[in-house]
Amino acid sequence: MQLAGSQVALTSALLGNDIATFPDYPAEIRAPKGTPAGVSGFQVHFSSETVMTPGDSVDVLVAMNPAALKSNLSYLKPHGTVILDGDAFDAKGLRLAKYEQNPIEDGSLSSFQLVEAPITSQTRAAVAEAGVSHKVATRCRNFFAMGIIYWLYGRSLDATIRFIDSKFKGDIADADKLALNAGWNFGETTEAFERSYYVPAATPLPGKYRNVTGNEALAFGLATAAHLSGKDLFYSAYPITPASDILHRVSRFTECGARTFQAEDEIAAICSAIGASFGGAMGTTGSSGPGIALKTEAMGYAVMLELPLLVINVQRGGPSTGLPTKVEQTDLFQAVLGRNGEAPMPVLAASGPSDCFATVIEAWRIACKLMTPVMILSDAFTANGAEPWLIPDIDGLEPIEIEHPGVKTDDTPFLPYQRDDLLSRPWALPGTAGLTHRIGGIEKENGTGAISYDPENHETMVQIRSDKVANAQQLFSPVEIYGDSTGDLLVVSWGGTLGTCREAVKQSRETGQKVSHLHLRHLNPFPAELGAMLNGFDRVLVAELNTGQLRQLLRAEYLVNATGLNKVRGQPFWIEDVKTAISANLGQEN
Amino acid sequence: MSAVEKIKADFASDQEVRWCPGCGDFAIFAQMKKILPTLGVNPEDVAFVSGIGCSSRFPYYLETFGMHGIHGRAPAIATGLKRTRPDLQVWVVTGDGDALSIGCTHLLHALRRNVDIKILLFNNRIYGLTKGQFSPTSPPGLVTSSTPMGTVHQPLHPLKIALASNATFVARSVDTNAKHLGEILRRTAAHRGSAFVEIYQNCHIFNDGAFDFAKNSTIRDDHTVEIAQGQPLVFGKQRDKGIRLNGTELEVISLGEDYGEDDLLVHDEKADTSAVAQMLAEMQHPQMPEVIGVLRDIQLPTHNDLMPDETVSADVRAQKLKAILNSGETWAVKN
Repeated sequence: MQLAGSQVALTSALLGNDIATFPDYPAEIRAPKGTPAGVSGFQVHFSSETVMTPGDSVDVLVAMNPAALKSNLSYLKPHGTVILDGDAFDAKGLRLAKYEQNPIEDGSLSSFQLVEAPITSQTRAAVAEAGVSHKVATRCRNFFAMGIIYWLYGRSLDATIRFIDSKFKGDIADADKLALNAGWNFGETTEAFERSYYVPAATPLPGKYRNVTGNEALAFGLATAAHLSGKDLFYSAYPITPASDILHRVSRFTECGARTFQAEDEIAAICSAIGASFGGAMGTTGSSGPGIALKTEAMGYAVMLELPLLVINVQRGGPSTGLPTKVEQTDLFQAVLGRNGEAPMPVLAASGPSDCFATVIEAWRIACKLMTPVMILSDAFTANGAEPWLIPDIDGLEPIEIEHPGVKTDDTPFLPYQRDDLLSRPWALPGTAGLTHRIGGIEKENGTGAISYDPENHETMVQIRSDKVANAQQLFSPVEIYGDSTGDLLVVSWGGTLGTCREAVKQSRETGQKVSHLHLRHLNPFPAELGAMLNGFDRVLVAELNTGQLRQLLRAEYLVNATGLNKVRGQPFWIEDVKTAISANLGQEN
Repeated sequence: MSAVEKIKADFASDQEVRWCPGCGDFAIFAQMKKILPTLGVNPEDVAFVSGIGCSSRFPYYLETFGMHGIHGRAPAIATGLKRTRPDLQVWVVTGDGDALSIGCTHLLHALRRNVDIKILLFNNRIYGLTKGQFSPTSPPGLVTSSTPMGTVHQPLHPLKIALASNATFVARSVDTNAKHLGEILRRTAAHRGSAFVEIYQNCHIFNDGAFDFAKNSTIRDDHTVEIAQGQPLVFGKQRDKGIRLNGTELEVISLGEDYGEDDLLVHDEKADTSAVAQMLAEMQHPQMPEVIGVLRDIQLPTHNDLMPDETVSADVRAQKLKAILNSGETWAVKN
């Protein structure tokens, strides 16, 4: 189903529609089939206008069995279209989904346009000539369903046929294509549909586009940041949902000098990256919440060493194993505060799939300029969701200048912890004569880097590390308020909720509400102008997929009486969630 | 100033050495300082990586590049360093707690991957820096600060673990056996691939005398067998004893009327399998003499040899990156 969804998204993007997607799938690879727990869903939003979210609710729901209908019907708009595989609504299917009566027959779907298609039996009949097994034939039914959708929205089958030919061989490829065509023909010949739709192209900026998921964009960003800084990329990771795709991607970039390392555990992943950074490579690692917890000690070590390092956290539902495939923003405290000792590090969050690219590059620039580990936050929603991406011209991107000290011939001692204007120290590489030095987790004397237990030196170093991270503000990309810079209410959000919050604020403003929107990429330190921005509003509403972590940080930092819109259901915000909260904060009915 | 002194000074840092006076670490450090100038490698091309513990302070005292790591993780840090800097000679200094307790996973995986790093495990069978708790190599019954009635568990044997992890170089030496240790360190440096050396190191504060059988010059020859490639396993102060393979067991025999050197096991550090080396590693005082020397020294492709890494110019990198970014289904939006 994930494959079918991404193909529908790609086909729409190729037609020039703007798209956003929301894959929603269980953590288990073969979750119990036919039960609500085993439902694997994929939501696609395409439009001739700019799309900011996968949408709160859907116009068309395709349910391949009763369980899928049961767990998703609430997202179908009133009078929307529901396409069902009638063959799957047998006694067994209904029992697994815990339906007491068949919803096709009991009238509960009467407010929708119901299209009951015998998808399984039609697919089997259509692919018979390919000579595939019964099992394979049954597996082709997703392509049949895609064929129906392609007909409904006047989409070409070409891109998906190209995909089938590149991915499958022989009779399986034949069967998939037969099923796809049969689905299209079913749509065209059946009289079940009251209408079909035409969605014209959107009009985005000119250029060359492709679809990217957040994880793909992170991988592209890593490779591009390496290029911009003249470094070999070293990406080290231990498999974990939903971050593993970054490793898969980067492991295919060897031709541009990237090295990947599937380590024996999360700790080895970050430690090998730190070793790589010491040697002068671009040391990077990625994981999700539980894995980040295991990397915690090593992050503090990197803070102490003052070496550049990127740590990517693709957040998922927590705590512990939590909801491995679902979205939450519950690791903000972990990112900002979660280390022993005073161990500050910059934290940046990507606002959506394509923004992952720019965020990685900015993070690596900060890491190199300040000689510090930097945390990048993504989330399961951003990681797996796809959107069209204007492929950047890498020759036009600003290089990341790094100055390694050269061979030293005089007799004066080399000072590995000498400070520059930003309080950063030199990145002296092994192999450079005259620069031999030792670093480690024990407190170092400022300047010389010798082990020091001196009380004043320690306090000095704690303050320097803190001030150095604060200096990241000077390197940040600019932050802008959407809407007026003063008003009744400022909605503040961060990370993967940008699209939803922006759309909600836009719609609220259209009704005359004096609400603006500020979306933060920089979560530690906060942007220098943030305090003044907050002061321009009577009220501040912080929308986040946790119980109020950014809200607490903002209240502590700025003494602002912020309220929260919080959701921890393993699901993204819906636009209605945010609009309702805006109205409530303004003392109005939505 | 003699030539030797001059080179020696090149590898000693200006840091005050802070081990307890009389610690076995001093003897190992002295040998390392002695051999480093003889290896033909410049100080700036050498990196020492360590974990946490007394032994792990080692890098601070040498004038090379150094990383004092976090507990147990030195092999992982060194793996990333060596992977991206194949030109460096990378050493790992660790202890029995660091390598076999908190960091055991990393040791196994560095060895099985044949990362070209040289791992020195200072085994004193005790936690020193944390004040005398038992370690994973402490013998059963050892009374320590955390086991007032004695330890109860079987110890781990570093050599057996290294062999089981398919390490391509496995050796053992003794801190105060200067000549032997120096030679082992030289061979360790020369090995291409993962080299693992267990060094018996006396902690005279918390576990004094743990290795008397191997250190005390009046008795050590009767309780250790110094193995050498192609040589029969003869030992004893009078060179009157040996080790033979009897069926599937090793046994000690007296040389003389009944047995001659021809009956003894002949050491082969290049053997196809590690089976006999495992038996040698299994020999334990007081039931058997313990072996010192190189148990295994074979050549296999290293981690860096096996990985599909490519070194590319900036131009090639840019060109390939553009191809990657533009791959897959793309479409153009015109003005």
